[in-house]
Amino acid sequence: MAAPRPKIAVFKFASCDGCQLSILDLEEELLAIGEKFEIAYFLEASRAVVKGPYDVGLVEGSVTTPHEAELIREIRAQCRYLIAIGACATAGGIQALRNWKGSAEFMKYVYAKPEYIETLDKSTPISEHVKVDFELRGCPINKYQLLEVMSALLAGRAPNIPNYSVCVQCKLNGTVCIMVSQGVPCLGPVTQAGCGAICPEYGRGCYGCYGPKESPNTSSLAKRFTNLGVRKEEAVNMFRLFNAWAPGFREVEEKLVG
Amino acid sequence: MSAREKEYRVDYLARVEGEGALYVKVRDGEVVDVKFRIFEPPRLFEALLVGRMYYDVPDITARICGICPVAYQMSSVHALESIFGVRVEGPLRELRRLIYCGEWIESHILHAFLLHAPDFLGYADAIRMAKDHPEIVKTALRVKKIGNDLVALMGGREVHPVSVCVGGFYKVPTKRRLEALKPELKEGKALTKTLLSWVAELNFPSFEQDYEFVALSHPKEYPMNEGRIVSNKGLDISIPEYEDYFEEEQVPHSNALHSRIKGRGSYMVGPLSRINLNRDKLADETREALADIGFSTPCRNPFKSIIARVAETLYAFEEALRIIDEYKEPERPRVELKVRAGRGSGCTEAPRGILYHRYEVSDDGRVLSAKIVPPTAQNQKRIEEDLRAIAPQLIRLPRERATWRFEQAIRNYDPCISCATHFLRLEIEEE
Repeated sequence: MAAPRPKIAVFKFASCDGCQLSILDLEEELLAIGEKFEIAYFLEASRAVVKGPYDVGLVEGSVTTPHEAELIREIRAQCRYLIAIGACATAGGIQALRNWKGSAEFMKYVYAKPEYIETLDKSTPISEHVKVDFELRGCPINKYQLLEVMSALLAGRAPNIPNYSVCVQCKLNGTVCIMVSQGVPCLGPVTQAGCGAICPEYGRGCYGCYGPKESPNTSSLAKRFTNLGVRKEEAVNMFRLFNAWAPGFREVEEKLVG
Repeated sequence: MSAREKEYRVDYLARVEGEGALYVKVRDGEVVDVKFRIFEPPRLFEALLVGRMYYDVPDITARICGICPVAYQMSSVHALESIFGVRVEGPLRELRRLIYCGEWIESHILHAFLLHAPDFLGYADAIRMAKDHPEIVKTALRVKKIGNDLVALMGGREVHPVSVCVGGFYKVPTKRRLEALKPELKEGKALTKTLLSWVAELNFPSFEQDYEFVALSHPKEYPMNEGRIVSNKGLDISIPEYEDYFEEEQVPHSNALHSRIKGRGSYMVGPLSRINLNRDKLADETREALADIGFSTPCRNPFKSIIARVAETLYAFEEALRIIDEYKEPERPRVELKVRAGRGSGCTEAPRGILYHRYEVSDDGRVLSAKIVPPTAQNQKRIEEDLRAIAPQLIRLPRERATWRFEQAIRNYDPCISCATHFLRLEIEEE
């Protein structure tokens, strides 16, 4: 008798939907995924809801409201494996830029009556709230890396996701270094690979959407940027994008000033 | 709740992008309350743009929506270019249409077949629908993939592509690379014709409303990046006039700010509006295919928006093939910019309808203020009016069927709640 299919659930927190969309972008594999997994909760795709507990929970988005902070605890209790997908879930996302100013100051720009909106001062990754079993990086995630994670779950092995830098990927691709050859500031040396090193291939510097690689030397790179003529403020802002709150990128300002 | 009262509620809407809820209350056969409620957490984009350099704007605003990032890139670069006084013409302008074609294809097919079609046939989702209709779902997935391949070729990846910049592109494709995609695009065009015939045969509820359709209109082409903002009720304005004619209002029965045309009220943006106002600008094969299925315009049945979406997909394939055929590699991937202080706006046709951006920048190119009005915010008021208008024919149905049909009426608009939310006031009322 065939083993029961693992129950998978997909949850959304503060995000753009792009990472869970990557599941639907697996056009050639989507129907097979539907055969291998019981898609128990995936509201973006289905109005059918199967109650937990779930074998696998994929979480997209960051925690930005008191309600979400509650919800992620409930979800953790329901899921055997909890996997954070994408920069919002693993680092707080672009919305974590508020973390330096507090949401009150940000809120007044957007809403006429900010007092009605319940939101936390910081946008934080899932791992700041509950134990996460695996973090898949990227803004957006690489859909084939997600497929690898799902295949690994089925096979009961660890996912094979490289943690080397974008620089390594450029070498593998045979892309000439744009920082060396053209003096274009590039976050490649401190950013984890996974995107395929597309930015240097498309003529621009890496902007760090897969977040810091293991022990990144950000201060050295930021100093290099200033040597290339980038103003200090702009050098800091280069790290303040989709993984701004990730440890490794988060402290760049103090490091650069200090 | 008394016996004379009925409530229909869906606390978390499925098959829409983002977090929204539906609430309809009926008393003595009269609709007394309708809410298309948003509980998506705000991400405060307009605020986090302040202080950033202009060149970060297309990358940051793309993150408002993972389904239509190109739309955000397009509206933002056009707004910023208007401030710097440059126009992007020739092959670069064509390439912008080309990447937009890819996004229209993937977004429209995603919605039409993975999110909307299951409603018409009574399936919870497309994976279940595929068990009984494998060919249609597989064909749709194939077409969607071709759209994604086009975006990925132009921008490196399908979600949040990296090539678009203020002034043009970081890098443009060679003619040879584009030519290599032609067989796929031709296949996609042929498959989309099958999909169009299929959606035309769906069973459509009889429901029509006297909508004000709003879309861009351009003298020579089906609108994507440029044009005037027009409607079937006499609106005809330039993009910088947008805020003189449209406003956001707070209404007592809703938690959200709704866009309206000043002095008139709700309006509809999106594929149905575009096709109603620009049918004569469609390319030949799409026009013929629409005539073959007997699609008459103006179409006032919002459930038929699925036909408009697939027809626009077919057009996007025709247009992409035309652009590739006529493409001449530009000398430079982007035009020179002279950064200067100013205020400017851009409005382009996102898959879900017009997307308005307005920015103010300092003389060194730093963003001083930003305003973004996404299509879903504009459609919200109209969505609630549709729910109100369709309620009398639904309240006789069993609750589950009625609720499902209410959901379907919301999905007619392909709402993108992540887009709308940074702009909506969030306040959950106790029932």
